[in-house]
Amino acid sequence: MAKNKEIILDPLFNNNPIAVQVLGICSALAVTTKLETSIVMSLAVIAVMMGSNIAVAAIRKFIPPSIRIIVQLTIIASLVIVTDQILKAFVYDISKQLSVFVGLIITNCIVMGRAEAFAMQNGTKASAADAIGNGFGYSIVLLVVGFFRELFGSGKLLGITVFPLVSEGGWYQPNGLMVLAPGAFFLIGIFIWILRWRRPALVTAD
Amino acid sequence: MRSTKYIIGFAAVVCLVCGIVVAGSAESLKERQEINKQLDQKKKVLGVVSLYSAGEVVTPDEIDKRFADNIQAKLVDLSTGQYVDVPAEELATFDQRKARQDPARSQVAQANKAQVARVPNQALVYLKLTDGKVEKLVLPIEGKGLWSTLYGYIALESDTNTIAGITFYEHGETPGLGGEVDNPSWQKKWLERKAFDSQWKPKIDVKKGQAGSASEDPHNVDGLSGATITGRGVGYLVQFWLDDERFGAYLANFRNNSLQGGQG
Repeated sequence: MAKNKEIILDPLFNNNPIAVQVLGICSALAVTTKLETSIVMSLAVIAVMMGSNIAVAAIRKFIPPSIRIIVQLTIIASLVIVTDQILKAFVYDISKQLSVFVGLIITNCIVMGRAEAFAMQNGTKASAADAIGNGFGYSIVLLVVGFFRELFGSGKLLGITVFPLVSEGGWYQPNGLMVLAPGAFFLIGIFIWILRWRRPALVTAD
Repeated sequence: MRSTKYIIGFAAVVCLVCGIVVAGSAESLKERQEINKQLDQKKKVLGVVSLYSAGEVVTPDEIDKRFADNIQAKLVDLSTGQYVDVPAEELATFDQRKARQDPARSQVAQANKAQVARVPNQALVYLKLTDGKVEKLVLPIEGKGLWSTLYGYIALESDTNTIAGITFYEHGETPGLGGEVDNPSWQKKWLERKAFDSQWKPKIDVKKGQAGSASEDPHNVDGLSGATITGRGVGYLVQFWLDDERFGAYLANFRNNSLQGGQG
């Protein structure tokens, strides 16, 4: 059990999939203009990763090594489609905003990376823990980036005005950089910087 | 090493199971998704005639009721500008985008600034009725912004000139910049402005920078800062759909009270 705890906690900061392994950057840039979409995207990725890790771990002994990648991909793709269908049925507005990026979870390197690197060698329980850990590791970055981008980019949080905008009679001039993809790059860069400053072990020696 | 037979068999089983899961979820959720889609469409139509405001919490039944009580859908033939009589079911399922893609029901548009490639022969408009009289007209519009095609509605008062609202239900513009076309405070800036000049040529445009008040500067709307191209696109697409070859004929008929095929 102590091992599972480690599996969950390790990817949060020490081995964060985005900040340390630099995976899944594409969606981290695309869907984080608002906190709400970041939250839904995080939940979708966690759900898909849980499903794929458990499914792959459950049948890992039967998967022929020669077709293992395509089998993983089939499972992940199916789960992504199901997730997309559920979002469309229950949170239609948000699914419209996320548009293609839910479908693109298929190509999120984190999901497939965990299936190949972890679930293929470990049991279902450990794999589920691994999915939770990495899913939350991904989510932390998305939520932090989404928080600052929405706050500084449009003066709101979850659609509720925090800084009244100049255009609506307030005082806050929104920062246009934040709503564009480069804004997310800077934020992720700062996140990595702080992480490395707090965890010097992560810095590779020159 | 596994045998080839085993590998093929395994792949087949994986595909079968995944296929069933995907098909099952798509099929079982289809109805809900369809309802969501229609509800969203209704909300947009109600929104553009100020019967629903974004973020308002209302039950789906309430939306259906408001829609049924106030709104009437009509199919318009764009070349003659007359209503087309179709059964109610056909009206409910009319899909303008499908019609536009169907060569039998659409035409290639001449090169235009709104970058619209095809125009359907018939378009679905909505009428806001008050005591049986048409108070507002809701016309579908679409055209290119910066990154994406914007789809939306423009509402006109019964003089067919004064703008009563504008909204977009689908686009892929940058959130915070071009995406501000969704901002209710920007959409409000369209109200009471005039769509046409005195010759009934579309004149309404999105200006770069700030426009004057609706009475002083009736043909310009404030641009969106940081979204010059989206704003320009919105101006072009509104002009495109209001001109003679699109809704112009219909609006002229409406003004002259010469509409057949339905009360109007």
